[in-house]
Amino acid sequence: MITIQQLVFYFFATLAVIGSSMVIISKNSVRAVLYLVFTFFCMAGIWLLLQSEFLAIVLVLVYVGAVMVLFLFVVMMLDIEIGKLIYSFAKRWPIGLLVAAVMLGLTVWTLSAPYSTNALPNPPPFPADYSHVKVLGALLYTDYLFAFEVAGVILLVAMIAAIGITFRGPRDIKTQKPSLQVQVRKEDRLKIVKMLPEGDKP
Amino acid sequence: MIPLSAYLILSAILFAIGVAGIYINRKNVIILLMCIELILLAVNTNFVAFSHFLQNHIGEVFVFFILTVAAAEAAIGLAILVAVFRNRRTIDVEELDLLKG
Amino acid sequence: MQSSVLSECLIVVLAPLIASLSAGFFGRWIGRKGAHWVTIVGVGVSFFVSVLIAKQIFWDKLPTPIDMTVYTWAQINTLHFQVGFLIDPLTVLMMMVVSFISWMVHIYTVGYMHDDPGYQRFFSYISLFTFSMLMLVMANNFLQLFFGWEAVGLMSYLLIGFWYQRESAIFANLKAFIANRVGDFGFLLGIAAVLWVFGSLDYATVFAAAPTIAAKQSMIEIFAGYPWSVFSVICILLFVGAMGKSAQMPLHVWLPDSMEGPTPISALIHAATMVTAGVFMVARMSPLFEYSDTALNIVLIIGTATCFFMGLVGVVQNDIKRVVAYSTLSQLGYMMAALGVSAYMAGIFHLMTHAFFKALLFLGAGSVIIAMHHEQDIRNMGGLKKYMPITYVTMLIGSLALIGFPFFSGFYSKDMIIEAVHLSNLPSAPIAYWVVLGSVFVTALYSFRMFFLVFHTQERMDSHTREHLHESPAVVWVPLVILAVPSVIVGMWFIGPMFEGFFAKSIFVLPEHAVNAQLKAEYHGAMAMAWHGFQSMPFKLGLAGIVVAWLCYIQAPSLARFFRKLFAPVYAILIHKYGFDEFNQVVVAGGTRVMGWLCWRVGDGALIDGLAVNGTARTIGLSSKILRHLQSGYVYHYAFAMITGTIALLIWLTVR
Repeated sequence: MITIQQLVFYFFATLAVIGSSMVIISKNSVRAVLYLVFTFFCMAGIWLLLQSEFLAIVLVLVYVGAVMVLFLFVVMMLDIEIGKLIYSFAKRWPIGLLVAAVMLGLTVWTLSAPYSTNALPNPPPFPADYSHVKVLGALLYTDYLFAFEVAGVILLVAMIAAIGITFRGPRDIKTQKPSLQVQVRKEDRLKIVKMLPEGDKP
Repeated sequence: MIPLSAYLILSAILFAIGVAGIYINRKNVIILLMCIELILLAVNTNFVAFSHFLQNHIGEVFVFFILTVAAAEAAIGLAILVAVFRNRRTIDVEELDLLKG
Repeated sequence: MQSSVLSECLIVVLAPLIASLSAGFFGRWIGRKGAHWVTIVGVGVSFFVSVLIAKQIFWDKLPTPIDMTVYTWAQINTLHFQVGFLIDPLTVLMMMVVSFISWMVHIYTVGYMHDDPGYQRFFSYISLFTFSMLMLVMANNFLQLFFGWEAVGLMSYLLIGFWYQRESAIFANLKAFIANRVGDFGFLLGIAAVLWVFGSLDYATVFAAAPTIAAKQSMIEIFAGYPWSVFSVICILLFVGAMGKSAQMPLHVWLPDSMEGPTPISALIHAATMVTAGVFMVARMSPLFEYSDTALNIVLIIGTATCFFMGLVGVVQNDIKRVVAYSTLSQLGYMMAALGVSAYMAGIFHLMTHAFFKALLFLGAGSVIIAMHHEQDIRNMGGLKKYMPITYVTMLIGSLALIGFPFFSGFYSKDMIIEAVHLSNLPSAPIAYWVVLGSVFVTALYSFRMFFLVFHTQERMDSHTREHLHESPAVVWVPLVILAVPSVIVGMWFIGPMFEGFFAKSIFVLPEHAVNAQLKAEYHGAMAMAWHGFQSMPFKLGLAGIVVAWLCYIQAPSLARFFRKLFAPVYAILIHKYGFDEFNQVVVAGGTRVMGWLCWRVGDGALIDGLAVNGTARTIGLSSKILRHLQSGYVYHYAFAMITGTIALLIWLTVR
């Protein structure tokens, strides 16, 4: 009998796999990014199954919402002609696929036995008032506070680095500089010259 | 119920697809970066699955940090890509071979 | 008392050195007269102070040996490199001989090198040589001995090539130096062996430790599986050095060529002093040699071989100096033979008498050469008796001393050697005795052949030279006369003290080799020995030699030509000196050149440059040409490589 969990799992899993395959196959970069977003959504669903709802939401909000959007920005910004992206698979795609398949096979072969249901049974479900956020928060702010702070620093550094790499200096814009305007003296701007009248006599 | 191995195999599939994508993609650096994100996603899934099955929340804390770092890395990677694009006017991977020996 | 001996030793050594440096560096300022005066005074002082030391040792009966260290040059852990003096009868005898002969040669040179442009340089060299030789004989450790050894070799080189613009002189001096060097190689190995076995380079320590080491009968294996007694190894190596320095076969090749140098140095270096350094060294090392019968046998064999075969070559030489040179080689062989049978006393005695009469012969030959306007071929001389009476008489005395005519000094020393060889119980002694006797005949033959051809027979020189023939100046014949006196009397004067234990503490003889004791038993006084000598075999052989020479050269000159035709192959071998020179030129020199070529072209060029240096560069270049393709510049290649590597590792870990 198939349980609801199994159904959900296989549904989301299939979609995730299809989505990620489309990421690497599609010719259009924008489409690729969108497929990746789709994959992330599916994986968020899987994570929900694993009862880490906070991380699932974080995945969607932060990862999809920020990073993927950033990707989209860049894709749009880099004025790439779509036509140029006639995407031919490398001549050596079989090898890549082979390597991936080998890796996959290896993983499956080694991992299925020790982590099957007999070896590692499912844990009991959490109580109703279980709050994943609370639990994670308790860990983050006590035991892993330092790592948390460092993560913040990393983000700061990344921001600075990104700006440092791409910023080319301000563009040529005309602005007013009030400090200089105030220091102007009459002699710098005005010069009165005595001249004899010229022109026709009345 | 779903055994741990199912989650692990799923994440392995995603990882393999990411790796294959790195190799077979020749024209677009952005796709390369996206495959890296895929790989990171697979690893994250691995962590969360183990954390759930071993009833230890350390794995999820670690996912937290991986997310952070992945975001930072994506940002910088894209910044570099933009800088490269400005100089080379192309994001074709096959044309970015200045370090050829 | 000891401190005065020390200062005397220092004077003996430093006087010639200072004189040499003055004449050498300041020669142009002090002029020719200044140069010869300063060096003659320096060496004269050295001689008189040596006599003073001798008086202190023998008359005042100072206890010997006196071992003084003057200066520590360096110190490595417990090994001290020192400058020091060892005074004992052997040393004193050598000092006196060296300084006296050197003094005579200095005076003689005033006349001989009168017109030479390098006058001051010559005096500087011969004083420096005197200094080196004195350092050698007065040394109290192996290092100083080696210093003196090398220094006299150097001075020999400089003096043989004194007329350096002559190509033959340069060839000769290089030959001398290289032959010496070959000997020095063995010598240095011997010194190293001494250091290794005894742990010290001082004579005192080494000689004192010798009996204990001999009792242990230690062996060393130089080639695995062939153990040799340490004493044999040490002594044979030291003897190799003596072979080079004292011109024993096969390292004798340099001595005849060394006649390229001026005659005074032939007298000084190649008759009386430098070549005797090897003999002196073996005698000095008697405490070591006594413990190795093998080494003594080798010394005996080589000495006897040199004695006989070199004498034979001397019979066919036509250059007056060459005859005397081969005579020197032959007599050196006698001395070595004496040392080989442990009759060290006899060997040193012969060294002393030989110094006098050989120097006399050389200087006399030089006098003849000057008179003949530097003509050296005896076939162009003859009948000089009436032109150069003083030279004639002194040369006659010298020749008689050389062949061992009773009453002359050579007789005592030579007969002692022959008797010692006869009495020895070494395995090769019987044959050696017959060979040595044969050499007596040969010695008489060549020396009187030369004598007759130069001073008797008809005059074969051209008329221009004949008009200018006259006795040499006083500076030339006075040393001859002075040297003639000891050639006559030093033998009979000295043989008594010789047996009375003159060398008691400086020479060590094991009881089983005690030929000297037997000789002493037979000795009944100098006069008795001389009268008995007239009946002995050597005298008869000597007389036979004189008679044959007289027949061949004075009575019937055609006999000489007849013998030459009769023994034509022998003559050919002798005239080519047994082919040693050709052998050295082709095999040794040629071989060295081939080796040098090999080292250059093959070793250096092909192997080191081509294979190692350039080869490494080329290999790196080739490999990098291939490895370069790994760096394609494509990110995906790198990623792929990483992935593949990881997978391989994982597979390996899983499957293991």
